[in-house]
Formats: sequence, structure tokens, C-alpha cells
Amino acid sequence: MEVLLNNLDSFGSGLRLTVALALTSFSGALAIGLVIAAFRVSPVPPLRAAGAFYVETIRNIPPLVLLLVFYFGFPDIGIVYSEFVSAALILAIYTAAFVGEAIRAGINTVSRGQAEAARAIGLTFTQTLGLVVMPQALRSVVPPLGNLFIALVKNTSLASVISVAELTFISKRLITSTAQGLLVFLGTAIAYLILTLPAGWVIGRIEQKVSIRR
Amino acid sequence: MVAPALGDALGPRGRRRARTASVLAVLAIGFVVYIALRRFAEAGQLDWDEWEPLTQRDVIRFFGKGLLHTMQAASVSLVLASAFGMVLALGRLSPSLALRTIARSYVEFFRGFPLILLIVFSFFTLPRLGIELTRFWSVCVALILYNAAVLGEIFRAGILSLDRGQTEAASAIGLRRRQAMRLVILPQSFRRMTPTIVSQFVTLLKDTSLAFVVGYEELLRTGQIAGEFYKNGLQSLIVVALIFLVVNFTLSRIARRLEVRQRKRFRTGTIAVAGPEDLVTVGLVDPAKS
Repeated sequence: MEVLLNNLDSFGSGLRLTVALALTSFSGALAIGLVIAAFRVSPVPPLRAAGAFYVETIRNIPPLVLLLVFYFGFPDIGIVYSEFVSAALILAIYTAAFVGEAIRAGINTVSRGQAEAARAIGLTFTQTLGLVVMPQALRSVVPPLGNLFIALVKNTSLASVISVAELTFISKRLITSTAQGLLVFLGTAIAYLILTLPAGWVIGRIEQKVSIRR
Repeated sequence: MVAPALGDALGPRGRRRARTASVLAVLAIGFVVYIALRRFAEAGQLDWDEWEPLTQRDVIRFFGKGLLHTMQAASVSLVLASAFGMVLALGRLSPSLALRTIARSYVEFFRGFPLILLIVFSFFTLPRLGIELTRFWSVCVALILYNAAVLGEIFRAGILSLDRGQTEAASAIGLRRRQAMRLVILPQSFRRMTPTIVSQFVTLLKDTSLAFVVGYEELLRTGQIAGEFYKNGLQSLIVVALIFLVVNFTLSRIARRLEVRQRKRFRTGTIAVAGPEDLVTVGLVDPAKS
């Protein structure tokens, strides 16, 4: 037990970094994902192709490979960012591919009549998507997005590979340096649960809040 | 297929606009690609010297070995995790409360935290607890423990997706629960799950890259070693990414084709395609509740 109690401080700071990493990269992923989804339903073929290319490429490469290419490879072409920023950026780019797909699925659930009605009153594509379809689509994708957030919380552990001192990094250090690996492991598991369980609850609340009552 | 224009076909003005936008988009994309390439060229990263080592026979063989190790760990884990996952799925659907609780706690626990941590744990702590494993097996153990939980949920969803009439018909002709499971339910649901299992393999291949942290010589580690040796880290890692991309893209395509074929043949959906992130996207596997 002492391993955990003595290192409560580092666990706390690790937890904070994990949360910070998850929140920053999720906001980034939402922004990029929205654009990708818009590209994929756009009437402009090159944009559709670009969106599909992004999703297929990013989804099929392990995020750790993306991270290492960015962090260890890109300095060779003069692109250097701190560990935290690199990790947040790559996690955002990776998660965005899935966010984009989720939002696209949401757009597909909005009935065609909505887009047709928008067209009929003379809205352009951008207006149709932005004012009519997207607001309805986003409501239906709250649960999948929430699940992606939870998956993202777990993926923040990749940052430990480039020495961001988040939860997994702290715990890895304790696992390798003390004889109490099992305890540390269980403690960390609980710490991740503390993050993911309330997230599930919050998602449920948001879903209720934004749902359309008919 | 969704009509790309959201709703019906574009009118004349819309078509004109789309054409203009297409030209602009192509120009913009071209510009971005140009900037990126120039950046590489200016830093001398496109020089043949940097790429040449990667075309040597020995290096290709070295990368091939890395890919083979990745494949080995992933396939061994897939097979064993499937078996274990099936046990978990049956446990979660069992009439016994105790079995249900055990299976459910297992799934909740092992799905709840990062795989990388499990790999570290299995590599550093299991030997201290008296379980000696080779590097390969300590990686596999972590992958199996984790993926059994994920696959268990997939199997459970697959079994539950079958029409209830099947179970009822089975019991109507006098089959016991176990017989009904073995003879009626599992064969049908297994067929539905094949595409999902193939795409889970893609996820597993991606996950295997995490074994990098304990020094298992899979593809990513191979690329890093080559990069350090030839001082071309960027190029080596890009090649690793491309290999992953080609292999996983092909497998994803196969999974999708299987899914389409099944949908035609059985007029049913399958259990959703692609990795855990995709599964959660479709709302099938829900790490929050369930």
C-alpha cells in the first residue's frame, strides 16, 4: 500500500496531465472531425476524396507509429514541438478520423427531407449543412462521441512513450522500479476508472440535454 | 450510398459552384502537398542517400522479419483471445448469476485501462510474481487478456443479434440450452461475426506496435533500429507507417467485402466493422455502460 500512498502526489499530477491531454486533444479532434465529416458529404469530389484519404490513412496506422514519426522523425524537417504538444496533436489527428466517421454516420441518420426542405427554401450546401443538418446530426452522435472520448482517455497513455509524465508514465516508472508492480497496476487501473466512469455519466446527461423532444 | 449533395441532385448553379470549388480544392490540396514536399527537399530528406539503405536486400529482410513478428504476435493473440472471448461471452449470457458477474467484472476491468500499461505489467511484474515468460509471450498475454474482453463483447453482441425465434424454435424441437447454443445459435452468429473478427485483427496488428515499449522486435521497433543504424529515422519510420497502412488497408477492405457479401446473402447486417474505436462509434460496444 505504501507505494501508492507515498506516490500520491505524482499520481495526482499524472492524473492531471492525463486529463489535460485528453481534453485538449478531444477538442482538437472535434474540430478536425467536423471538417472531415463536412468534406465527406460535400458535393465537391476532390474534398470528398481528401476526406476519405484522411480517414483511411489515419485509421490504418497505429497511433504510436504516428506519434513516433512526428516526435522523432519530423524534427529532421524542422518541425519540433514539445512532448505534450506532440502527443496532443497526434491524438487529436488520430481521434479525428473516428470522430469524422461518427459525425458522418450522424448526418446519415438525419432524414433526407430535412436537406430537401432546406434546398427548397433556397439554402446553399454550406447553409443546409451548417444550419439544418449538422445541428440535428450532432445530437444523435453524442453517445458515440462520448465513447470515443473514453477511448481517447485510454490512448493518452501513448504519451508515456515520449516521456510525458501522465498516469501511465508515472505508473510504469513505479512498476519498473519497485517490487510492488501488482499494487501499482491496480492503483492505476482504479485511477483510469475514476476518469472514465464519470465520463459515461456526463455523456448520458449531455445526451438528455440535447435530445429533441417530439 | 448517400447522395453527396445532401438531398437531391444539384441544379445548374449548384453544379457550376461545385465545379469551381473542385478546381479550387485541387489547387489547395496541390499547394499543401507542394509545401510538404519542399519542406522535405529543403531539409535534404528526399535525398536518395537517406532512402537508399531501405532498398538494400538485408534491410528489406530485416523489416520483413519485423512484420512477421507483428503478425505472429497478433495472430497468436487473436486465436487465443477468441477462444477466451467466447468463454466470456457465454459466461455473460449464462443463466447463472455468479458466472455472469465474473465474466462481466472481467470485461469491465480489462477494457477499462490502457493496453500499454497491461503490456508493461505483464513484462515487468509477472516474472516477479513467479510467472516467467519470454518477451513474445509476455506481449501475447497482455494482448490476449485485453482482446478477450473486447472480443467477448463482440461475440455477445453477435449472439444477441440473432432472432429470438431461433432460440425458441430450438427449444420447441426439444434441444437443451447447451445444444441449442452449439447447434443453432453459435454457427449462425459466428458466420455473422467473421467480418468483425477480421477487422479486430487489424486493431490487433495496430495494438501490437505497443509491444515496442518492452522491446519486442516487431515492425515499429525494427524501423527504429534501422533508423538509428542508418541515421535516417524519419525515412525508416515513414516506411513502417506505410507497411502498416498497406497491410491494414487490405485487411479492412477484405472485412468490408465479407460484410457486403453476407448482407446480400443473408439479408442481415453484421456486427459492425473495424476496430474498437469503430465499434464504439457504431454504439455496439459501450465502454461507459453495458
